[in-house]
Amino acid sequence: MSGGANTPLRRLVEKGRASTATARTATLLGAASSLASTFLAWSYGSAFPGDLTIYGYPGGAQVHVLVLAAVAIALLLIEVSPLRRVVTPGGVGGTVRVLASGVFLITAFTVLAIGVELGGLINVEWGGWVALVAAAVFAVAARLLPADRPAVWSYRLPDWVEFLVIAVVLGLALAAFVQALAIPEWEIFLCYLVALGAALAAAWRLGLAAWISAVGARHRGVTVTAAFVVAAAFPFTQGSDNHWLNVMVNVGIFATTAIGLNIVVGLAGLLDLGYVAFLGVGAYVGALLSGAAASSIGWNPPFAVTVVIGAVVTAIVGVIIGTPTLRVRGDYLAIVTLGFGEIFRITVNNLDGSTGPQVTNGPNGIPGIPDLVFLGVDFGQSHTIFGMNLGYFANYFFLELVLIAFVILVFSRMNNSRLGRAWLAIREDEVAAQAAGINTFRLKLLAFALGATLAGMAGTIQAHAISSITPDSYQFLNSAFLVAAVVLGGMGTVTGAMLGSVVLLLLPEKFRFFQDNKLLIFGLTLVLMMRFRPEGMIANKRRQAEFHEEEISERLGREAQAEGAR
Amino acid sequence: MTAMLEVDDLRVAYGNILAVKGISFRVEQGQVVTLIGGNGAGKTTTLRTLSGLLHPVGGQIRFKGRRIDGMAAHKIVELGIAHSPEGRHIFPRMTIEENLLLGAYLRRDGAAIEQDVRRAYELFPVLGERRRQAAGTLSGGEQQMLAMGRAMMSRPELLMLDEPSMGLSPIMMQKIMETVAALKESGTTILLVEQNAQAALNLADRGYVLETGRIVLEDHGQALLGNDQVRKAYLGED
Repeated sequence: MSGGANTPLRRLVEKGRASTATARTATLLGAASSLASTFLAWSYGSAFPGDLTIYGYPGGAQVHVLVLAAVAIALLLIEVSPLRRVVTPGGVGGTVRVLASGVFLITAFTVLAIGVELGGLINVEWGGWVALVAAAVFAVAARLLPADRPAVWSYRLPDWVEFLVIAVVLGLALAAFVQALAIPEWEIFLCYLVALGAALAAAWRLGLAAWISAVGARHRGVTVTAAFVVAAAFPFTQGSDNHWLNVMVNVGIFATTAIGLNIVVGLAGLLDLGYVAFLGVGAYVGALLSGAAASSIGWNPPFAVTVVIGAVVTAIVGVIIGTPTLRVRGDYLAIVTLGFGEIFRITVNNLDGSTGPQVTNGPNGIPGIPDLVFLGVDFGQSHTIFGMNLGYFANYFFLELVLIAFVILVFSRMNNSRLGRAWLAIREDEVAAQAAGINTFRLKLLAFALGATLAGMAGTIQAHAISSITPDSYQFLNSAFLVAAVVLGGMGTVTGAMLGSVVLLLLPEKFRFFQDNKLLIFGLTLVLMMRFRPEGMIANKRRQAEFHEEEISERLGREAQAEGAR
Repeated sequence: MTAMLEVDDLRVAYGNILAVKGISFRVEQGQVVTLIGGNGAGKTTTLRTLSGLLHPVGGQIRFKGRRIDGMAAHKIVELGIAHSPEGRHIFPRMTIEENLLLGAYLRRDGAAIEQDVRRAYELFPVLGERRRQAAGTLSGGEQQMLAMGRAMMSRPELLMLDEPSMGLSPIMMQKIMETVAALKESGTTILLVEQNAQAALNLADRGYVLETGRIVLEDHGQALLGNDQVRKAYLGED
């Protein structure tokens, strides 16, 4: 090409390069001043959470800004250093942009919240305004950074290093979780969530997260074991404080039930809106055989026997409910299961001696269920393990971990078997599945009964853990929450169901607003999820394909076209 | 000698409406028998009843001398009848290999299944090339190949093909028909339902012409091809 034609182009390129440098400098400045601003006082009133009136000592949400800005600065510096080939092969534009957005959101929210809570923006000290301006400069300048390419970290390290990575990541996850629980003020907690979200999104953009999940997938067994070890370490972070342990025990029950439901919904594709009834059956079996004074059955077998009886009874109930209901499909099935779920609750309400035989004490339920004694361990006592005195809920927590491990084992064995393939076939095309020789009704009933059994086992533990059960704990709303947990977390994945349970049960503990508007918020969340990420937070690959068929076929089409052009 | 499949006065209804109004036909071992006829003649209904997806209101179906009318679909597959349904009905989001394996769902002989999968890939090389691909990404003709391959995976004694040429390009249609011919050569007994009467009758040992739920004509395949009535009604000649 001739130089003449090139001149305007070259000028444009040089201009582009210059503006890239400018944008980088501006971003760096914005990030640095954001970081510096956290050492200023943002508020005149010390009543705001985190006490932002002190100079030279970042507190509350300022710490989040500090960390995000520091990471951004580090990345920007790496990009102009030789390290960039290793750490940021795809560039840092998108990563820094996400971090900057996080910083801006947190700063803006904090400044606004100071204004609202302390009675007017007059309470924002000049440091707060400086922080806001700095964050705005940071965010805008980051937008001007050149876009990055999707980065691929394909490093293969020696096994022991990768094991270490897994351990460190899971340890950090536990630390982040414990830290989140420890934040008492909702304002700071919200900022913490934003910061965490920004950090995670940044890790994805950088390629770090994808690499970590690839490492995890390479050493699956190690990852799963390490995850359980880390989960088992949780009680040790709480000491003898029972509050969050108690919450986590409820989360554990809920999560076990959700994984069981995920076999029914996620694997077999049967929408069951009355699932909580099976948890209820298990809980009533557990309560009636617990030796509680209010129990109508005097027999108090060892807990191992109770669990087996609970499992068998719920399996039978599952078959009884499933046999008529599984003859209908789709929406009809959802409505019929909903009806049967309510029938359970109403029946239990009426087995009170006046409108029916006395079995369940009716609406009064069964109070005073004694703590478990299992394998010689009294679950009502606190125990000292590794020199640490743990709250007594830790006992239940450990037992649940064992149960969850069992449920996960069942789930994954089912998913990766001939049976799992048959369920998938039924979900895909029931007629073709029948024509292939699959006994669709029996397999659906099996999924239904299996899910019921797992919920029943969880129920027997639940009765002891919450020590008092009433029919109202097993109403339709709870079934809806279970389905919501599965959908939110991801249909067909174990991690998804667990994550969904944690989110659904912990957020209301943290935000009063959530507590008061649970239904509104869950409804809204589900609508938004259906619109933007129908496969849930953690996607099952196949489910993802089901929800994004058009996009995938478009991509395949584009690839085929590109191949044809070549 | 009893025929492999004997259908006697079969009647099938959707609600109050009789779609198949008492038909009788036989399929002998090793034969290709075809049912032809226009839309709504009852061909697909007949096949779906034979494979147990529908239940008859009257008449008898005997397979190797045993009554199978009213039996559940999975039991009929177990007895040795495979059905490649109309509209292909492959599992679009499962891989090609998984589709084939599902065809062998009732079999427990792992090594032989693998061998049959390899044979399916020999018969349809395009399937082998894309074995890890989602079946929904295949073209219509390739999906038809998959549907036939899947039906063969149960090692059926009787293979029922419902409109294998439907919606295919002429070249694809020819390919599919060649495959049916090859299956016939290898000794598979086939019950073929087709709208493409010419192609079907060319292959068939015996043909039955259905009209609104009744058999109006039956003869050897070649004889039907030469039949004036058939030529006018189904081969577009006058």
